[in-house]
Amino acid sequence: MTVESLRCRECKAEVVAGPYYVCEKCLGPLEAVYNVDALRRLPLRERIEAGPRSMWRYVDLLPVAYDPVVDLFPGFTPLVPAPRLGRALGINDLYVKNDSTNPTWSFKDRAVEIGTAAARTFGFKVLACASTGNLAHSVAAHAARVGMRACVFVPAGIERGKILASAVYGPTVVEVDGNYDEVNRLCAQIGDEHRWAFLNVNMRPYYSEGGKTLAFEVAEQLGWRAPANVIVPIASGNLLVKIHRGFQELAALGLIPDASARVHGAQAEGCAPVATAFHEGTDTVRPVRPQTIAHSLAIGAPADGRYAIAAVRATGGAVEDADDAEIVEGVKLLAETEGIFTETAGGVTVAVLRKLAAAGALDPQGSTVVCITGMGLKTVEALTDVIPAAVRIRPTLRAFEEAVLARA
Amino acid sequence: MATIRIPTPMRRYTNGERLVTVASATLAAAVDELDRRFPGLRERLLDGDGHLHHFVNVFVDEEDVRLLQGLATPLGDRTEVAIIPAMAGGGRPVLS
Repeated sequence: MTVESLRCRECKAEVVAGPYYVCEKCLGPLEAVYNVDALRRLPLRERIEAGPRSMWRYVDLLPVAYDPVVDLFPGFTPLVPAPRLGRALGINDLYVKNDSTNPTWSFKDRAVEIGTAAARTFGFKVLACASTGNLAHSVAAHAARVGMRACVFVPAGIERGKILASAVYGPTVVEVDGNYDEVNRLCAQIGDEHRWAFLNVNMRPYYSEGGKTLAFEVAEQLGWRAPANVIVPIASGNLLVKIHRGFQELAALGLIPDASARVHGAQAEGCAPVATAFHEGTDTVRPVRPQTIAHSLAIGAPADGRYAIAAVRATGGAVEDADDAEIVEGVKLLAETEGIFTETAGGVTVAVLRKLAAAGALDPQGSTVVCITGMGLKTVEALTDVIPAAVRIRPTLRAFEEAVLARA
Repeated sequence: MATIRIPTPMRRYTNGERLVTVASATLAAAVDELDRRFPGLRERLLDGDGHLHHFVNVFVDEEDVRLLQGLATPLGDRTEVAIIPAMAGGGRPVLS
């Protein structure tokens, strides 16, 4: 449903829905307001199950109308049983939510498609974003699809493949000498002075609703119930917050019996401000300067960090972190046990899953879902030194038998 | 004189001005000075305990003041201060 107003999370003031993300009264963040009574009158489950096999099957619970022009068919990604990974880690009933199968191979397509639809209704001509790579891919692809100009800002020094996978769609790619937090600050300042649609800034009240659909899908794919545990990587913290909220919304609308999932967060040790605050028992997230191979999680000042901690604490979850070696090991473990090749962020999530299982932090009564949010070819640099070289042979049967058969 | 860049949603308090210069030597003093000239600005920036709101980021010469000395961060003659609302979105359930 198209939302008609936005509400400040801090002071509750409402404004007519528009391209704003900040409350004029108190500078708090604005979020979409739904007509709950109208939603409760709809046969939601029937409408969802009769919908397309994409994120748009949940359009009743999204802040924009369906816009076929933007549609690259994101979402409704596989929920894959992961028995071999589960055995390796001692976890029963484990699933991988494989969001690396999205149109630009990361979960960002969910948010960008909603944000792009919103940008079109507000009449913007340019789509833009601050990104560590994945968001830039999605924004560039969607701009190409709808015929808008795109300008994506990334920190200098991100993986070569991540630059190429944006540039191919024809945007202006701007490498900024600074880290993600500095790129993000610059984009907020540009968006303040120029009428561009920054997906993760002024389109945020719409864009950020995309994360909910990941929870909607998990619940529907489990037979309309929440899992006992869900493990989510934390960059800004927004995805975790939205997944928690997605389960709560389904429960509030009577689509699942309850929203009892323990929500767990995963960070890289080299950028773990949320894990640190969680372990210190505070909700004040102190910024850090990121130093990790998991570039897509390298946000040193996570805007939703305190809200993520609140969601984790409210559900009995935990936040853990993983160092670079554990991250690479996580990537390899998922690939070798389940045939799914994830980027370094997924390595973080798998490594943290292992720690949570070992620490007894997972609720053993029910299913566990690990969210894999991006695909491995985006970050091959992280693996080049640890993956064994191919076996090279002459084209003879003897060479094969000597060099290969002995290994297989 | 340090220069303070005012974000759009705060300009209704500064009579539309986007750049304001202050003579203060620290960020805390600059907030007081701003509030004297544009009443109401202090509570936009600080909570009841006198700390920066968690949803407002302040940068002194491009550095997050939480990585510097917070409100005690000194301001020099050519310092540029930027006030930027946090890009957070969507915590509490709307539907309950």
